[in-house]
Amino acid sequence: MVEIGSRPPGTPAAPGRAGASGETGETSAASSGQLSRRGLFGGTGVVGAAAVAGMAAAAGVVTWLEDREAEAAAPPPSPPPGGSAGTAQATRQWVLVFDLRKCEGCVTQDKPPQCAEACNAEHFVPAGQQWLRVFRVEAPGGNSYFMPRPCMQCENAPCLNVCPVAATYRNAEGVILIDHNRCIGCRMCMAACPYGARSFNWSEPENPPGATFAQYRPEYPVPHRRGTVEKCMLCAHRTKDGKLPACAAGCPMNAVYLGDLVEDSATNGKEVVKLSRFLAENGAFRLKEELGTRPRVWYVRGHGQEYGRPVDDRRLAKEPRAWQELQKEQKKEASSASHTTHMG
Amino acid sequence: MRAIRPIWGKTAAPAAPVAAMVGAAAAVLPVPAYPRADASGAAAGIIPTGLAARTARLEAAVLRPLTHTSRTWYVWTGFLALAVAWGLFAYTVQLRRGLAVTGMRDVVIWGLYITNFVFFIGISHAGTLISAILRVSHAEWRRPVTRMAEVITVVALMVGAAMPMVDLGRPDRIVNLLRYGQVGSPIIWDLVSITTYITGSLIYLYLPLIPDIARCRDALRGLIPTWRWKLYSVLALSWQGTPEQHRRLERGIGVMMVLIIPIAISVHTVVSWIFAMTVRGGWNSTIFGPYFVVGAIFSGIAAIITVMAIFRRVYRLEAYITEKHFRYLSYLLLVLALIYAYFTIAEYITTGYKLAEGEKHLLEALMLGEFAVPFWTFAIGGTLVPILLIALPWTRTITGMVVASVLVNIGMWLKRFVIVVPSLELPLMPYEWGVYWPSWVEISITVAAFAGFALLFTLFAKLFPIVSAWEVAEGWAVEVDQGLAAAHGGGADGAAAPVWAALGVDGHGTESGSNGNEG
Repeated sequence: MVEIGSRPPGTPAAPGRAGASGETGETSAASSGQLSRRGLFGGTGVVGAAAVAGMAAAAGVVTWLEDREAEAAAPPPSPPPGGSAGTAQATRQWVLVFDLRKCEGCVTQDKPPQCAEACNAEHFVPAGQQWLRVFRVEAPGGNSYFMPRPCMQCENAPCLNVCPVAATYRNAEGVILIDHNRCIGCRMCMAACPYGARSFNWSEPENPPGATFAQYRPEYPVPHRRGTVEKCMLCAHRTKDGKLPACAAGCPMNAVYLGDLVEDSATNGKEVVKLSRFLAENGAFRLKEELGTRPRVWYVRGHGQEYGRPVDDRRLAKEPRAWQELQKEQKKEASSASHTTHMG
Repeated sequence: MRAIRPIWGKTAAPAAPVAAMVGAAAAVLPVPAYPRADASGAAAGIIPTGLAARTARLEAAVLRPLTHTSRTWYVWTGFLALAVAWGLFAYTVQLRRGLAVTGMRDVVIWGLYITNFVFFIGISHAGTLISAILRVSHAEWRRPVTRMAEVITVVALMVGAAMPMVDLGRPDRIVNLLRYGQVGSPIIWDLVSITTYITGSLIYLYLPLIPDIARCRDALRGLIPTWRWKLYSVLALSWQGTPEQHRRLERGIGVMMVLIIPIAISVHTVVSWIFAMTVRGGWNSTIFGPYFVVGAIFSGIAAIITVMAIFRRVYRLEAYITEKHFRYLSYLLLVLALIYAYFTIAEYITTGYKLAEGEKHLLEALMLGEFAVPFWTFAIGGTLVPILLIALPWTRTITGMVVASVLVNIGMWLKRFVIVVPSLELPLMPYEWGVYWPSWVEISITVAAFAGFALLFTLFAKLFPIVSAWEVAEGWAVEVDQGLAAAHGGGADGAAAPVWAALGVDGHGTESGSNGNEG
């Protein structure tokens, strides 16, 4: 909590930004009072969001206005008062960090990317969609690396600005959610997203048995609905309960870190690191930084070397299985396990 | 100015012609005041008998399709209705099974529907904008073609506005646009702009229609079914052609024609911003607003020429829609083609010179790759060939100009396709190229959209005069009036009118249009 005013993000464009908004978020929130969730235009939308997110401080939501305020040397704020999530005073601002030095696309394990499969199983991701998709990026020297792409939870989110019905919005913890009861399926957000992180339910998605009785929430959008847009929502339902997102929990290499800008820490479930130092010291970068979307997902460069993936490994990642197959496999394993125990 | 001077010279004061003409029109010249045209005109003895006969012939030609229906008409309308019905069936399939029945998928998220949307909104600029510009600039020759242009606008807007709704994943929630509309979204800009445009265009179509509807009410009684006569009676709003009614009508038209121009420009600007407000290669362009507006007017003029040729042929309007109308509109088309070509070159050369990563792939796909055929069909067949057809004197025949217009329409549809689809196929993440091929549902609905456009047009032309008869007659009256005023001035027949009369800078236009500007 003491580190709020420090410089968490490590990329060239990022230093000081989260800190700056940490200093000014309070001011803007205090002065604007109860601003609505969305402003009129993109810029004001960000400011409006900052009013909410700014209460949490260190939101990293920066507009040029706030930059200017920061230059006017606003005094460092007192640590944000604690409050339960869901009110305007969120205590967390979630980010993800992918340590690509540890990510070898699960090819050395001869498995499909486990993060993607964990995601599929957790959310019953409809067939044909991959909310978290692992790309294989070829580098000029003939080597390649894997790049998992979730939703970037951008601070200046293009999808959020273009939605005609405000069905996609940012929650108090900085996560972009979709209200599937409101989405009209125009797909403008998909056109606007520079990362291709959004998917559409082109046909009636298959829902798990019992999903009909599930209580739909934007934080856990089950049952899935036809004609609406879907995407990764950083497992808002899990982080709320203090759990890692499914991808982080499912990664056998512990390459996925869940971070919190407020507390300036991140964890992969095995170790806890100081977020700002981790990003800075490892030269973390964000995708398409030049677009100014300010993603909340960082990458540490690498090609899985920590787990022995050679530079010239040409293997492709396997296609992640859908949740139906995963459930089938689970049942089979369970039954064979009980069988063996019975035998034993 | 050159053409105006002699007329002014013959009259008492510079302001006199206007006042005199309005006065004459109100007191003596009954031509615009339809019902009494023949009787009082002849009685007053001022109008040459030729004018009354001409007006009668015009009316006969214009009203004939309203009472006589050929078998071909039924076959044609039935064919269109079938095509529309098939499209509706395809849409029910889409409603039942979701957008999965289209060729669109997660990477290429928009396809034919959005292409059609941009295309139809584009040709909607035919009407209102061009008719308004010609009215504002007092181009006299506009009179026989304004009605068609305005109908194109209304019909194209109806079809065009339906397209994004067909494209929606949840059409059942369309009311959310009103309940939760977020002003920052380009889609809301479009919603506001297009609904305003539809409203304005309907009014702008309806106002000049009132005297003609009144004429239908008076002339067709007993010749048409009662419901139609009642329809005319209601829509005619008790029009009797009194000077006061004329004054108010002209004033209304005058206000609408000025209002409609910025509205029309705003419409296609915000349509382009649906694309230009994203960071995708090919869409992320600052010139998209004006580029789309020019493209819209370009395709709109081509649409007018095409429609004009069809009605001229089918309704035997050769006496009223002459080679001159094709030629003047073709000149406009030529100018717009050159501007559009200029914009196209400006757009592609600035990206092609730098070859930023995404743009490079896009340009390759457009010019050499997957989209080379539609792209070059547009560039050569839809722009260069029409330019040559109109510019070269020996191809500047009615046939040549109509061929040019049809080519422009095809080319502009293809152009919209290569704006929408390739930018979506362009990978955002490594190697994620999309593919798109429209499904039978999309093709059926597209065909139905065009058939629906033709059907609505056909039905309109069956119910209402497709040529604004009162305005044409008014134009003749103005000519006669000028002929009388100018006495020996000659030139009332317009035979010696210079080519640039197309732009409405001749004396006739300036004089006659003043009617409308009085209010």
